[in-house]
Amino acid sequence: MTALQSFRTGDTPLPDIVILTHKLARDYDMGGEVVRALRGVSLQIRKNEYVAVMGPSGSGKSTLMNLVGCLDTPTAGEYWLNGQKVSDLSDDALARIRNKEIGFVFQTFNLLPRATALHNVELPLIYAGLPARERREHAARALTSVGLGDRMDHRPNELSGGQRQRVAIARALVNAPSILLADEPTGNLDSATSAELMQVFGDLHRQGQTIVMVTHEHDIAAHAARVVTLRDGVIATDQLQAA
Amino acid sequence: MHFLEAIRLALQTIRAQKLKSVFSAIGVFIGVTFLIGAWSIVNGMNRYMTEKFAGTLVGVNTFHLRRSPNVTFDVEDSVWRAWRRRPRIKFADATAVTLGLTVPTVTAWYSEGRGSVEYNGKVAKDITLEGATERYFDIMNLKIADGRAFTPQESKAGTTVVVLGYDLAQKLFPDVNPVGHSVRIHGLPYRVIGVVERQGNLLGISLDKFVVAPALSPIQRDVNPPGVVDALIVKANSEPEMREAMDQTEAVMRSRRHLRPRQDDNFAMETSEGVLDFWKKLSRILYAVGPGLVGIALVVGGIVIMNIMLMAVAERTREIGIRKSLGARRRDILRQFLAEATALATVGASLGIVTGIALSMLLQALSPLPASVSPFSIVLGVVVGGGVGIVAGVYPASRAARLDPIAALRQE
Repeated sequence: MTALQSFRTGDTPLPDIVILTHKLARDYDMGGEVVRALRGVSLQIRKNEYVAVMGPSGSGKSTLMNLVGCLDTPTAGEYWLNGQKVSDLSDDALARIRNKEIGFVFQTFNLLPRATALHNVELPLIYAGLPARERREHAARALTSVGLGDRMDHRPNELSGGQRQRVAIARALVNAPSILLADEPTGNLDSATSAELMQVFGDLHRQGQTIVMVTHEHDIAAHAARVVTLRDGVIATDQLQAA
Repeated sequence: MHFLEAIRLALQTIRAQKLKSVFSAIGVFIGVTFLIGAWSIVNGMNRYMTEKFAGTLVGVNTFHLRRSPNVTFDVEDSVWRAWRRRPRIKFADATAVTLGLTVPTVTAWYSEGRGSVEYNGKVAKDITLEGATERYFDIMNLKIADGRAFTPQESKAGTTVVVLGYDLAQKLFPDVNPVGHSVRIHGLPYRVIGVVERQGNLLGISLDKFVVAPALSPIQRDVNPPGVVDALIVKANSEPEMREAMDQTEAVMRSRRHLRPRQDDNFAMETSEGVLDFWKKLSRILYAVGPGLVGIALVVGGIVIMNIMLMAVAERTREIGIRKSLGARRRDILRQFLAEATALATVGASLGIVTGIALSMLLQALSPLPASVSPFSIVLGVVVGGGVGIVAGVYPASRAARLDPIAALRQE
């Protein structure tokens, strides 16, 4: 992977690079005091890679994830997604990228509490502009594929943690995004459910899905093929590991 | 996202968040109701003053010859005392003026007092007693509902006959037709010959508690000293003729009173214009206070609505974050909240219109305030009440929609 780190400002990423960040930085203004959460992260991820991002709390891994997921905007640096420079796109264009290119799975699931599982999975399709019937079919298929075909009309509070996370995964994948991002996906799950979830991720990876996952648990990171470790807002290590 | 989609989404949310939706709608509802109600009072007062009050007191193309103006506002004590020293208007004055008028007019004179009227043991107190000549009914536009008014002969002869006001007739004769019966006014019997049509009330005071008897009948003793009248009423056919009649009246009165050219009139001629002037002065105060009150109510109502909506949106910043993280654009969020706020405002405003109208009808029926709903107030109520509801719902949402999704997600 180190061979790819020759990217310079003004270059265009190679075609099979899905994610490329160049000296990506993010500062937060915490009441007058500037916290430098990311201090220049340069990272390239190829299509169908399975990457775990590790690091102690405060190392900037979640910040990196939010920037890669277009949920946050960088203070400095470049971010390219599928050969498109994202870091200077308009608000609407970013919304479109979040909708089509990115599937995000949060630690806290972030489901709409008053909506059914089906409606939650439908949301990205609504914003993609699909007609109602098609939407429902797609969403139902996505839920069935994560084993929740019989829970479609349940609200989040009627589902277990593992089921909620699977609804979130169905929602993340329903628009067939180019990358699946997961921020501590097992953070709120017991170990049995975590193992099941890793099974799902493994299957998705084998089907060709590009996955980036933030975790601080080594046994979860062990499922990934590549582990990037962050420390104090910079990349400390970047290693391939045997699956 | 299609607009229909936004509406569908809004309706889903409204159904899911029933309590909050109800409160938001109530905010708009109260605003609209109050606005229509308050406006109808001001509007009713205004119409009342211009259309009814002046006409009721004086009449169109009509003037009253009196010792001093009847309807006054802010008169100084010294002026008032000077008025009290003026000589009274006499039967002879009234007759002379009537004979001296060359323009076609209808005239009547009357004296007014208060007293009680009795029938068969029942006593009606605080009744206006009028001693008048026969044309009084025409001039004052008192239509006879039952029986008849008195004739010129009865007027001249001072026959003890009487015409009753509607409320008084109802009170003394709840079951029987009063015509033909005899009532006692201060002990003396008068035969009832007619009942006047219902006049309604003026600012809460019934206009139907009166009796009218011939000026020359014994009722004169109860209302004025012998030979004295309160006013001579002159009704002309047109405004210029009324002016001419006023000039002639002034000339006759000045010569009868032996006033020298430099002396002021020691009598007064009052027209409906004069009464309207009085009302204009009074209504200036009302108009300063009325819209002020409505304004305060609006501000308070607006703040209430705004707060409810702000709370609702603040709680939903996280939802906005989730939607944005899934690809909602700012305008998608705005549409959703706009549709929601509009739906709630529509419900609230519709209920507010119905209740506002009902409220002013109730006010009119149960209180002396002459409330009258104006279409303008409905439009204003909907625009202001609904507008505040929509702005309050959309503005905070638009601010939340501008945040980066992660910033919205972090807010709790």
